[in-house]
Amino acid sequence: MDLLRDLLFDYTLRNVALGSAVLGIVSGVLGCFAVLRRQGLVGDALAHAALPGVCLAFLLTGSKTPIVLMAGAAATGWLGMLILLRITRHTRIDSGSALGIVLTVFFGFGVVLLTVIQKSRNAGQAGLDKFLFGQAAALTQEQVVTMAILGGGALLVVAALFKEFKLLSFDPDFAQSLALPTRGLDLVLTGLLVIAVVIGLNTVGVVLMSALLVAPAAAARQWTNSLGHMIGYSALFGAGSGVVGALISVSQTRLPTGPVIVLSATVVVIVSVLFGSARGLVWEWARQARNRRGLQAPPDAPPAPNTRGAGSSTGGRLPFSGSPSIGGGGGRG
Amino acid sequence: MSTNLVIALVAVLSTSACALAGVFLVLRRMAMMADAISHAVLPGLVAGFVLAHAANLARGGELLASFVGAIAAGLLTVVLVEALTKSRRVKEDAAMGVVFPALFALGVFVISKYLANVHIDTDAVLFGEIAFTPFDTLVIGDRDYGPQALWTLGALTLLNGGFLFLFYKELKLSTFDPGLAAALGFAPVLLHYTLMSMVAVTTVGAFNAVGAILAVALIIVPPVTASLLTRRLPALIALSLVVGVTAALLGLWLALLWNVSISGMIATMLGALFGTTLLLAPEQGLVAQAVRRHRQRRRFAAETLVVHLATHEGTDAEAAESERAHLQGELRWTPGRAGDAVALARNAGWVTEQSGSLHLTEQGRTVAAEVATR
Repeated sequence: MDLLRDLLFDYTLRNVALGSAVLGIVSGVLGCFAVLRRQGLVGDALAHAALPGVCLAFLLTGSKTPIVLMAGAAATGWLGMLILLRITRHTRIDSGSALGIVLTVFFGFGVVLLTVIQKSRNAGQAGLDKFLFGQAAALTQEQVVTMAILGGGALLVVAALFKEFKLLSFDPDFAQSLALPTRGLDLVLTGLLVIAVVIGLNTVGVVLMSALLVAPAAAARQWTNSLGHMIGYSALFGAGSGVVGALISVSQTRLPTGPVIVLSATVVVIVSVLFGSARGLVWEWARQARNRRGLQAPPDAPPAPNTRGAGSSTGGRLPFSGSPSIGGGGGRG
Repeated sequence: MSTNLVIALVAVLSTSACALAGVFLVLRRMAMMADAISHAVLPGLVAGFVLAHAANLARGGELLASFVGAIAAGLLTVVLVEALTKSRRVKEDAAMGVVFPALFALGVFVISKYLANVHIDTDAVLFGEIAFTPFDTLVIGDRDYGPQALWTLGALTLLNGGFLFLFYKELKLSTFDPGLAAALGFAPVLLHYTLMSMVAVTTVGAFNAVGAILAVALIIVPPVTASLLTRRLPALIALSLVVGVTAALLGLWLALLWNVSISGMIATMLGALFGTTLLLAPEQGLVAQAVRRHRQRRRFAAETLVVHLATHEGTDAEAAESERAHLQGELRWTPGRAGDAVALARNAGWVTEQSGSLHLTEQGRTVAAEVATR
């Protein structure tokens, strides 16, 4: 009950919990598309590419207002994504290498700018790194409101373009043949991802941001085969890990919020991969064990001529292990 | 040795070690594994440090223990990502996106919860600062053997170079044709893990000196830049070294000139070299591609023109179809494009123009026949 009262009336705790919940929902929803389109590491590159933007925004305006820094972060993050698209579209360079280049070069340039700012001995520069490495405990109400407005806007766009995004994620060629503006949609989706990353930076920081995009979505995928449900689960998991992580970190001394949120999300992934109702590994192992038993010939029967399919001889890790039983019997469970 | 000379040597050696480790990683399309490893080593560093501290080892022992721990954590990352990917529940990119932040978070968690009084600066792990390397010297007994980073990175360069030299054939085959490599008994799995260990060792060794992000940049950017310039493997390795060392020295010089972060400036210079190559590479560069596309478009237009003329040659409509103005209507060409096509065809000797009417030459007829049967 104390916890509930604190959650409602304690300023810090309320901000941290609300901020983490907002972030969890937004990144959970947008992460679904990123994961389905195999862009799980794009968030990581984006988060790193935001550093020079934050520095430039500060150098140009001298202001540390969240919205100014966020705008700078979004600008270079977006630029990084455009360069990434251009590299992968026009050269034989694979997307992983292109991501690595954008990530390290932008971040390196950001570090150069950081030293420029530090050298100028501007009294206001302290705290810029907090923006990047995340300090959820210092979230102000103003920041939470900004996050909620930006994130809410992003979710509205997803709701409006849900059908198009779905098609783009599962069958981009078909989308193109329907004369949907796939490149434009791609840019919109990337832009929304930029928003999710930018509002996450000052809560969990550069390094951990990618986990917030990927983990809830990867976990949600194990519970359902429908995109709509997956998004729902993912938002729930994201918000859940956000709030639980925030509560744990605030209730203990010296625990930074970001890592605890990410560790909570990781636990959700582990549980989901093992026990997810749609694709959980445990259910598959159980099915395989049943199939193996079904395959073992009864003592009075003649020996089976073909034992190739017997799971025991290959350790039960056949590529087709998910298919119904070969020898009939227990596969229908 | 002067401070700047040591820094330059450290920069060149870390560049060489990283570029050598990166060539096959990039060719195997696993570049982001370097990024994942570089972050995920944090809990290993911490565990090694704590264990050494508990066992009351000397400072050298502590360093060695955290080095070993970091490498173990790097390999753990590879194993976990592969296990998740093989379970077919999570795709490879998402597996990486879950595993390395989780390990990094674990590291930060342990540091802030239990080691608040021990000095491990997580920012320093990420940024690194090559400028401090000359002062961190290797002392064994009473003797000072010079900057420790020089020894580590020199050893790494030799190790990586030696590995590439000894297993060149095996690496090449298992990268470009893993199936054949397996069939010939080259043990691709063993090679894969050896290569991954090499990347982990190099990342850990280099980021002590230059920071995690620059270590990753040095592993990925030079080989990718070189791959825009050549398709031959020996040239790729040599060019990677050239690109890396050039960026390192250029970055170092500019950083000293402007008094900014050396690691950051080297990464920026790597980006500048990559960007320049991306634009200007002779065959695969964006400019070369645009020029090639433009030429093809013009040649195609000229060919269309002669085929058009050949189709109507000798028919009643020949006079009308051969007028320059008509092309714009029938082929839907803009005046500029039509003029372009006519000029190209005329220069090539395919058509002649008499009082606004176009006529095929003998050569033009041959070209038209050839195009039509193509």
